[in-house]
Amino acid sequence: MAKPRALILTGYGINCDYETTHACDTVGFKAYRLHLNDVLVKPEGLFDYRLVVFPGGFSYGDDLGSGVAYSSKIRFSRSENGGRLYETFMEYVERDGLVLGICNGFQILVRLGILPAIENSYGEQQVTLAPNREGYFINRWVELVTQQDNPSIFTRGLGRIRLPVRHGEGRLLVPDEELLQGLEQNRHVCIRYCDREGKPTQSFPQNPNGSQNAIAGICDPTGRVFGLMPHPEAAMTLYHFPDWTGMRERANRCGEELPTKGDGHAIFRNAFEYAS
Amino acid sequence: MVRYSRIEISIKPDREDPSGHHTAWEIESTLGYRVQGVRTVTVYTVYSDLSDEQIGTFASEVLCDPVLSMYSVDSPVGLKLPPFSWAAEVSFKLGVTDNVGHTATEVLSMMTGEENGSRVYKSTQYLIDAALEREQVERIGEEILYNSLIEEIDILGFDEYRAHGGFPVRERHYIEDYSPQTEEIDLRVPDETLKSISDERTLALTLDEMKYFRSYYERDDVIEARIRVGLGALPTDVELEAFAQTQSEHCKHKIFNATIAYREGGKRETVRSLFKTYIRGATEKIAERKNFLVSVFEDNAGVIEFNDRYNLAFKVETHNSPSALDPYGGSITGIVGCDRDPAGTGLGSRLIAHTDVLCFGDPTMEGELPPRMMHPKRVMEGVVKGIEDGGNKCGIPTINGAVIFNDSYRGKPLVFCGSVGIMPRSIRGAPSHVKEARPGDIIVMTGGRIGKDGIHGATFSSEEISESSPVQAVQIGDPITQKKMLDMIVEARDRLLYRAITDNGAGGLSSSVGEMAQLAGGAYLELEKAPLKYPGLDPWEILLSEAQERMTLAVPPDNLDDFLELARRRDVLALPMGKFTDTGYFHVTCEGRTVCYLELSFLHSSIPMTLDARWDPPKLAENAPSTGKPLEHVFMEMISDLNTCSREPIIRRYDHEVGGNAVLKPLIGADEAGPSDGGVIAPVAGSYRGFALAAGINPFYSEIDTYHMAANVVDEAIRNAVSVGADPDRIALLDNFCWPDPVYDHAKTPDGRHKLAQLVRAVRGCHDTAVAYGTPFISGKDSMKNDYKIGEHKVSVLPTILVSAIGIVPDIRMCVTSDFKCPGDSLYLLGLTRRELGQSLFYRMYGGTSGSVPKVHRDANLKLYRVYHELVRQGLLASGHDLSEGGLAVALMESCIGGGLGAAADLSTLLGESGLSVEEALFSESAGRFVVSLDPKNEKRFFSIVGELPVVKVGTVTGDSTLEVREGEKSLASLAVEEITRCFRESLYRLLGMEKG
Repeated sequence: MAKPRALILTGYGINCDYETTHACDTVGFKAYRLHLNDVLVKPEGLFDYRLVVFPGGFSYGDDLGSGVAYSSKIRFSRSENGGRLYETFMEYVERDGLVLGICNGFQILVRLGILPAIENSYGEQQVTLAPNREGYFINRWVELVTQQDNPSIFTRGLGRIRLPVRHGEGRLLVPDEELLQGLEQNRHVCIRYCDREGKPTQSFPQNPNGSQNAIAGICDPTGRVFGLMPHPEAAMTLYHFPDWTGMRERANRCGEELPTKGDGHAIFRNAFEYAS
Repeated sequence: MVRYSRIEISIKPDREDPSGHHTAWEIESTLGYRVQGVRTVTVYTVYSDLSDEQIGTFASEVLCDPVLSMYSVDSPVGLKLPPFSWAAEVSFKLGVTDNVGHTATEVLSMMTGEENGSRVYKSTQYLIDAALEREQVERIGEEILYNSLIEEIDILGFDEYRAHGGFPVRERHYIEDYSPQTEEIDLRVPDETLKSISDERTLALTLDEMKYFRSYYERDDVIEARIRVGLGALPTDVELEAFAQTQSEHCKHKIFNATIAYREGGKRETVRSLFKTYIRGATEKIAERKNFLVSVFEDNAGVIEFNDRYNLAFKVETHNSPSALDPYGGSITGIVGCDRDPAGTGLGSRLIAHTDVLCFGDPTMEGELPPRMMHPKRVMEGVVKGIEDGGNKCGIPTINGAVIFNDSYRGKPLVFCGSVGIMPRSIRGAPSHVKEARPGDIIVMTGGRIGKDGIHGATFSSEEISESSPVQAVQIGDPITQKKMLDMIVEARDRLLYRAITDNGAGGLSSSVGEMAQLAGGAYLELEKAPLKYPGLDPWEILLSEAQERMTLAVPPDNLDDFLELARRRDVLALPMGKFTDTGYFHVTCEGRTVCYLELSFLHSSIPMTLDARWDPPKLAENAPSTGKPLEHVFMEMISDLNTCSREPIIRRYDHEVGGNAVLKPLIGADEAGPSDGGVIAPVAGSYRGFALAAGINPFYSEIDTYHMAANVVDEAIRNAVSVGADPDRIALLDNFCWPDPVYDHAKTPDGRHKLAQLVRAVRGCHDTAVAYGTPFISGKDSMKNDYKIGEHKVSVLPTILVSAIGIVPDIRMCVTSDFKCPGDSLYLLGLTRRELGQSLFYRMYGGTSGSVPKVHRDANLKLYRVYHELVRQGLLASGHDLSEGGLAVALMESCIGGGLGAAADLSTLLGESGLSVEEALFSESAGRFVVSLDPKNEKRFFSIVGELPVVKVGTVTGDSTLEVREGEKSLASLAVEEITRCFRESLYRLLGMEKG
């Protein structure tokens, strides 16, 4: 059987495209890096793929706020035959397509209103990813706990995981209590920042940006569109962990099990299994 | 109708404003004013003929985040915010790069579906709630909110703000329909006038160089040739400027290539070119026995072999002068500018790692600041932010670095930016490190537009900071324009669409086209084809502009259409601007008229320089310090010292894992609290081969003898790379010299001969050490005018060398980190500890003096490094840490911090064998040492490999979270690791006003 194809978008300052492509290849996809402008030429090309990834990066330098300019490009641009990429993209989602937005990609999906789309309000920006509460960019490994029974196909079978965050604008804010309830009750929340005991937390630095309800990643109502601030593609192997030399040493001495994969692997693997 | 509209966006009143919050902290901590609060407003001034409705849509649908923010159009949003007493609005001066405004303009044209000539400018408003006088608010502006070289400020009290309806529109007018002017310059004038022409134009040419230039125009053949192309006998301003740029210290390295008469005691020697004799000389000697060098000292970056499929290109640049005037702009252009070097080496490489080493003045400095000097803390904040934006936005991980604080850097900070690129060894069969430009190839410039920014950067950085430092030398980087361009270039490279590439850095087109013209034998450049940011530039300005984010390529005519089409598809500006020729001339025209016609051989000729150097070693008394404190306090003070403490708040703001290839990052251990000796990248997916980046820097030893300073920094860079797992036999080095002006001048630089002697000695130290280790220099840079002089106030940097090491790690799975791993592990000190504490951290902190600086025992160290690598290869080391500043004491503390474990250190054997005092043993900074821990089960194998080399057991790792230092039964110090960790982490966080967590 032919491998399912994954499309990794790039261009305009997306910068995690190489490792995201590699991550997709690693779990079994046939992955393609494509510049947004090459997709714009023929948006129907999207239907050739089972997974579309909006990788991390600094599209347009976060100049008007993270993801604002890139999402405007998707929203306003027309292809050479006059069609809007945005509409083709929504059709792709409806036709059982998978979409993953990581960090800047998550910010883009939120600005486009593809996430969270509470009560199917696709196209309307319902939440935001604001500047971190501490006010600056942060690179740090965080612990995350998966919300059980969430519909995202990407987080199936996941429990506690460790991934790195690397962002200046990752603070998930919801405008009011009603939407927050909608987000929670309709099970949009997939992963949360947690403390050593696995409890969601508002404390810095375990919750590195001050997100409401410690939310780190959310999905749309179908569970096929998933966005998160942490970087699963940067946690694919043992050697991505910040303390892997210590893990290796302890495994050598006392037979502690040494993982060969990082915790991000399962997220891509889940997408592959759904797609194939 | 074309008009201005103001869109103001603020965070909603019930939401926090982190940026305003930080500004309030800065005001309080810097100036001591009490502030109730600060809120920030982003202002977009739109110049367009769009309808009110369209402007409204732009504000509500694009610029305003519906969850977080609120907006107003043509009315002050501040009136909807909590009360404030003062409002300050900061805007860029006309012509200064405004990235946000630029993106807003682009998005506006996406929204309207066409480019309609609209322009958007960004300003930032600070609404300050504090009981202050206007003068105090003006001071806040000057010291915190804006930089008068690039920005303007308006200040309104609340009543004025309300009465006037906020701030007025700041109109921006460019000169339209400018016709470029070229002037002739008559150099047939007396010597004094000749020199003043150089000074007034910031040419940085000496009288001799001016006369040499003039002599060209006295040749009959030159005059005849000039007349044939329509020029007169007098030089044009374009020619004079191009000559000055080409001959500048920055581009030509005249001091490094000078003939030097060196005197030491009664001895006299002549050195012909420090660079050729000692730096390239070292590499030539080593190259005979090392086969991994691909391209050294030829191109924009040094190139070494990584494996049989890939090469690595590495370059480290400095951007000191611009960072002194505008720390943010200076450092961001430093890092993105350095990136263009590996990216423009050979056929171009893709960037995969950054390293940044920064030297600042004392950030706790108090008192009045002299003119044009910024407070070191403000310099640090700006520089750190610039590198953050440059690295993070381009998606390049910063995997290594260092920060040094010393009062001598308050006049000019040192900003070393390093960048590594990877390139396939061959591209469609063509060796990737070879570039050529053939006659007939098209000159294509790509990337950003040209403005007046950065004019005279090359010549300005060849002088000290003074009152006449040109403000245009200051500029701001645009990382995204560069990222788009470099992404496109990698695509073009893989299709072999061009034959040569180089960056536009110092000297702009004059430098890039001038240098590439040498490959082809000439160039014909048409300046009117240059894409300008705004009208009003004269030809010499277009040629010399150092506007950022530009590369120049030689594109074969047959590939031109494909290249331009690719650039168009990637939204990257690319324009043909003439062609390479074999005429032997650098021929520049503007609108069909020749404005510059210089023989290439003349333009690039060298004017020999002869300089005097005289070495009188400093006479230093031998005084060991007496701390009068318990050893515990000394340990804590050392680990909290700004030169030792954790760089975590800076490191965490630099993305150090983007790219997915970083396998050793700057913070290590389970809590990411420990410092790493070097960074390691495994750049090829599916392969475990990697490379390490490490640095050596210690300007303090220059106070005693720069020969040993240099030897120590070479040793330190190598030691750090070896420490994490690099093969000592596959390490290459880069040298970056940052010196105070070493040219004697009886008024300006009376100690020039001494400083030049320091340079000679340093270069020899680099040479001798590199040759002994077999570690070749592959590239480097020297910056020779790191002084500040206004009036009687002169500040010169300590003679400083950064040595950067890039070393192959054969198998990254075997890498070793400095954190202790398991209680019960045995602790050993490898290498000899000696009584040589002059300028050690301990002596500096507690007032000791000594003329004895650590000496590098090259042969013994190399043996040890090979043995250490064998221990790594066999997986025998649980941890390994190099000893440098603060010696054994600091190294033990750092390994405890990284591992979250304690140690029981017993110094009795070390003291017995070395005959040193406790303080000497703990704080000596002797080179060539590591502290390692290992599983006691492995001790036998460990000793069989170590053999006769110096090794002494210094204790065991413990699980009780205490660092216990003993001499036999006698306890010398006992410290809680948690407390050491707190001290280590806290200092810099507190200084920067950041939450540690």
